[in-house]
Amino acid sequence: MADTPATVTLTIDGREVTVPKGTTLLKAATEAGKDVPHYCYHDGLSSPAQCRLCLVEVEGAPKPMPSCVTQAMDGQVVRTESELALDMRKGVLEFYLVNHPLDCPICDMSGECNLQNYVHEEGREHGRSREPKRVFGRDDFGGDVLYYGDRCVMCTRCVRFMSEVEQDHRLTVVERGSRSVIDTFFEEGLEGTHWHGNVVDICPVGALVSKDFLYKARAWDLTHTPGVCPNCSQGCNIDLHVRDNLVQRLKPRENLEVNAFWMCDYGRGNYEWINRGDRLEAPLVREGGSTRAMGWKDALSRLLAGVEGASGKGIRAVASPFSSNEDLAALRALVDEFGGGEIVYRSARAEDEIVLKGFPTLARRRDLAPNGKGADLLGMKRVGGDDATGGLEGVAGHGGIVIVLGDALADQGADFGSAAALYVYLGGHGGPATANAHFVLPTATFAETEGTFTNFEGRVQRFAPALDAPGASRPAWLVLNALVAERTQGEVPRTAAAAFAVAGTKAGPFAGMRYDEIGPRGAVVNETVSLSGD
Amino acid sequence: MAYPYVSDREVRVLSRYFGDPMARRVDTYVERGGYQAAKKAFEMGPDAVIEEVKSSGLRGRGGAGFPTGVKWSFMPKEPTRPHYLLCNADESEPGTFKDRELIRWDPHQLIEGVLIGAFAIRAKQAYIYCRGEFFETTQVLARALEDAYAKGYVGKNIQGSGVDIDITVHLGGGAYICGEETALMNSLEGRRGTPRVKPPFPAAVGAFGMPTTINNVETLAAVPHIVNNGGAWYRQWGTEKSSGTKLFCVSGHVNKPGNYELPLGFPLMDLINDVCGGVRDGNKLKAVIPGGSSVPILTAAECDCALSYEGVQEAGSMLGCASVIVMDETADIVKQVRRMVQFYAHESCGQCTPCREGTAWMTRILRRIEDGRGAEEDLDTLVEMSRQMTGTTICVLSDSAGAPVVSSINKFKDEYLALIRRGERVGVA
Repeated sequence: MADTPATVTLTIDGREVTVPKGTTLLKAATEAGKDVPHYCYHDGLSSPAQCRLCLVEVEGAPKPMPSCVTQAMDGQVVRTESELALDMRKGVLEFYLVNHPLDCPICDMSGECNLQNYVHEEGREHGRSREPKRVFGRDDFGGDVLYYGDRCVMCTRCVRFMSEVEQDHRLTVVERGSRSVIDTFFEEGLEGTHWHGNVVDICPVGALVSKDFLYKARAWDLTHTPGVCPNCSQGCNIDLHVRDNLVQRLKPRENLEVNAFWMCDYGRGNYEWINRGDRLEAPLVREGGSTRAMGWKDALSRLLAGVEGASGKGIRAVASPFSSNEDLAALRALVDEFGGGEIVYRSARAEDEIVLKGFPTLARRRDLAPNGKGADLLGMKRVGGDDATGGLEGVAGHGGIVIVLGDALADQGADFGSAAALYVYLGGHGGPATANAHFVLPTATFAETEGTFTNFEGRVQRFAPALDAPGASRPAWLVLNALVAERTQGEVPRTAAAAFAVAGTKAGPFAGMRYDEIGPRGAVVNETVSLSGD
Repeated sequence: MAYPYVSDREVRVLSRYFGDPMARRVDTYVERGGYQAAKKAFEMGPDAVIEEVKSSGLRGRGGAGFPTGVKWSFMPKEPTRPHYLLCNADESEPGTFKDRELIRWDPHQLIEGVLIGAFAIRAKQAYIYCRGEFFETTQVLARALEDAYAKGYVGKNIQGSGVDIDITVHLGGGAYICGEETALMNSLEGRRGTPRVKPPFPAAVGAFGMPTTINNVETLAAVPHIVNNGGAWYRQWGTEKSSGTKLFCVSGHVNKPGNYELPLGFPLMDLINDVCGGVRDGNKLKAVIPGGSSVPILTAAECDCALSYEGVQEAGSMLGCASVIVMDETADIVKQVRRMVQFYAHESCGQCTPCREGTAWMTRILRRIEDGRGAEEDLDTLVEMSRQMTGTTICVLSDSAGAPVVSSINKFKDEYLALIRRGERVGVA
């Protein structure tokens, strides 16, 4: 390797760029600031070079070259916007529109469709085809996927995803020429596969659409917020697509360290709970026999007063692996402030991992919560069964202080916490087991606040608030840290970054990390520690 | 013998036994000196065989005309992985019917050629990929191969030489595109018959990912004769750049259509008027497609050319696989072109956008013009489309579809305009 130069230098549209040997012209052009239109090419798949949209002019080559498979060579002179290149791409775009229906007004892809973009940028102003278009109609591929054959541009990304990445050959091209369509094998379809939602993401037009999302929202009405999938401990990077303060769909966001370009169907489809409407909206305080809503200030000062009478009998806390590192660290800090005690959490475990064969470091993990690892690092103990029930025998009848964060206690009876001297519940939803709580404090979900999750391998990843929290809900870390600060006369951490710093004081692995330095790919706890230790 | 038609101007080397039903028997073939060339080649060694074929000037008969010896020399000299020889018997170019005849009349000639070719490129396995519709042909070939195996001319330790070469006959599913070498490889491997992106070229990564050479039936059939008689002997026919003899498949409006083996460089007009007995019914010649449907059309005035690779190129077309389609004054050029383009649209594999969409769109435009509903702008559209379909795809199928369209619009524009302006059709056929 050392003998041969590892880079090549070439000129793209008059700009010199140096790229590693073996880089394709498409990638080299990106380096030079030029995005060459392309369809069949996808970073996560093989390159069949068949859409012919990424053709560029290479000096000395007899024909325009497909930039997705042509390797950059030393001294090459490439023109991505020469008369030849533009003419060829204009031709390809017109060819697409010979059969592609212009049903954009009813197409789910409209607004995020590259065919629209490319034709606007480089296509002819008016199409010349006067012939009727071929019609295939709609096909149910099974699972969450519908196929609109008329819109298909035959890039075969979906076929390649299923054969190369999921490695379950469920899709193929049948027939040939302009009669080609994507189809499933007999009646088999995509049903029973675990990653097929990705074919909808990578379809560059509206040929493959999600049944779940169909006709729910227009692309331009959605806001995209970077987040982390809360449905297992893999921590796939996602975008939350939101309209009307409701999550409309989850889409994977590129992170080559975690999920590449993909996410599983389980995670993708499991978002309805984020939109639940029956939320706690104001702090509730039970005094005497009655419960009444109260402002935060009154509720918290009453709570601190209540602690005085209740301490001495010990403290037990229940946390949730759906809470962020910041929330959990604040809980740890509060429990310590109240004299220290055991914090337990419960989390569901699936029977098997579902590994993505073509990217085997990605799997739907057994642990079906995003932050069990964070809880572990903060010294919390997992209890209960694989269905996230039971294990709270020591808490339910505890006579001292009981604090519950985020666990809705759905399996617990109405007597939960009835013996407690002080029972504080923080969460989004009430239930039978919260009836005895002296204080019910409404907190924001991960989708409504900023923070971090620690995935199964210890990678800390940030997420941003996508939704407005209902009513007076506040991030749990703000509430809990405020209580600590009140008692210690310290400063309340007002930002997620400051709340994350609390985690550093409570658990060694977080100590070397700074919130602001966690990049878009996340940061792994122990690696950071060893780096700062050296 | 009167194999459909023969001419005394023919030089029958490969087609010598056309029409002789005994020729396909292995005993007859051996009596007539068969399988001696293979034996000789095994004694010469691979490099000497390649040199001999190079010296003969033999060029690929499948259409591209690439020098065969040079192609063979691209293969690695020290095999570290299995090599494969593929014989392309997927003869599907409209107007071509020579390979079928070579196989059905003289299958052992091809088998011997395959043996020598495989030996030269150091392959122990060869495949003969037959066109899906060649039922009878494939049966004849399979039978001949069985006989050759039984007599020890193919298989292990061939004729006691210590050389092992196996040959497998594979029947395709019936697709024009599988005659394209890399699509053929995909098809042979059991995949969809779609051309592969080159590079890598077959000599590096071919069938089953191994170094592979692919030759046309007629090319390989000529090899035993070259090995037997020497490259210089082969060069007695033809021109400097186009040596040897070639089978010309003549179809269309001539009195005696058929296969004629002639020295390359033979005058096209002599082929039509003398060898084929002239244009039918004494009609006037209108146009000739000299090399199968994918090459530009020649007008009657351009037909005064020599049938060599360079001669036809000078006249503005290509020799291709020497399938001469003759049209007289009754031919409707627009209809003929539409029919050809329709064929390409039907046979496009559908991978590349310009070909998948372009060929189908062209067909529809041509059909509209033919029906008298065309517009003059359609001709500009067709020419522009052809430009955008040429050189922009993985294989050359879409180039082939564009070539007759552009050349016919250039040369027979009046016929298009007559249909567009008055809905009048020229000719009747």
